[in-house]
Amino acid sequence: MSNQTEQPDLERRGFIGKTVLAAGAAVVAPGVLVSVAGAGAKTDGADPGKRYGLLIDTNKCAEGCTACVTACNEEHGIDLMQKPEGLDEAQWQQQKPQWIRKVKLQDNLTGRVTNLPLMCQHCEFPPCVDVCPTGASFKRADGIVMVDRHTCIGCRYCMMACPYKARSFIHQEVEHQTVSAPRGKGCVESCNLCAYRLDYGADNTACAEACAAQGHNAILFGDLNDPNSELAQALSSAASRQIRGDLELNTGVRYTNV
Amino acid sequence: MLGSIGLKRLIGLAVAGLMAALAATAHAGSEWVTEGSRAEGLDSCVIDDTEKMRRNHMDYLVHQRDDVVRRGGRGSQYKLAECVNCHTAEDAAGHAIPIDDEGQFCASCHNYMAVNVNCFQCHRKVPEEE
Repeated sequence: MSNQTEQPDLERRGFIGKTVLAAGAAVVAPGVLVSVAGAGAKTDGADPGKRYGLLIDTNKCAEGCTACVTACNEEHGIDLMQKPEGLDEAQWQQQKPQWIRKVKLQDNLTGRVTNLPLMCQHCEFPPCVDVCPTGASFKRADGIVMVDRHTCIGCRYCMMACPYKARSFIHQEVEHQTVSAPRGKGCVESCNLCAYRLDYGADNTACAEACAAQGHNAILFGDLNDPNSELAQALSSAASRQIRGDLELNTGVRYTNV
Repeated sequence: MLGSIGLKRLIGLAVAGLMAALAATAHAGSEWVTEGSRAEGLDSCVIDDTEKMRRNHMDYLVHQRDDVVRRGGRGSQYKLAECVNCHTAEDAAGHAIPIDDEGQFCASCHNYMAVNVNCFQCHRKVPEEE
């Protein structure tokens, strides 16, 4: 009881705040937007009208080429990580973060070999988000599924829930990071479709760029919701599939010729 | 009688000295930036009022981190990376000293106040080379 009376009247404060805000807005001439944006940076946040995704043509994905993986590692500072002391090499190879994996599939009946890069599939209904106990695993307005490390407690439920084995856990203290990809002990991470690049106005991911630079053009990045985007055009003209489509997660990453 | 005047003078002198010392400390406090950092040559922080930043930086950063990570809004004028760019010093060899190292910009205050700052368990501690 005494607790309640000691609380300030928050609703009243909110009302006063809104009134002051409204008064301030009225002073600024209508139609004039006051902005303090950095150059090229999006101030209004992720666009809910968009849904970013990838189309990967496995026929164009060359065996032995790891350009996308290398580019991803450089872009997100994964290559800055060093093997912790006392860990043997095999263990380190298993533990170190991997946002893209090259996967090789073989049809035992026909012998046909397929190569493909596998990363977070950016599901519309992501199981990692469903199971996260703190809300750290979340989906952005533009469909990018990512981890908010500020709230991640490192329980790794999401890693268990992900059908694509897309997430990595950081086991050791990290000495060097890039500005755009903070990384530290005890958090889970995965592909974020180069979210900060998009936020700063880029229109492609590091992996797609690297693949194109190699002349393979196996990775196509774009907006699934925009019927005029190269990605949507390609999807409407050729048969594609979602990996583990049976789970009905509606992935943002699609594959052709699998 | 004479003795008491002498004592008063002595106390007066002591008080004056104390005031001067206090004023000097306050002055040094308001000017405090890491020697050799870019911030040393600037008049104020990103916002006009350095005092405001000194008092509210934690609020700016916490508010802004949700805005950036969750909402994808990147237009904020408060960026942790900019704090690092401006407030790191260089060692004799010209390498940037991590901003949370003992005696450096973040650590000097935070260690004194015993407020644990854990930004740099994950965030980059030195400016990024262009």
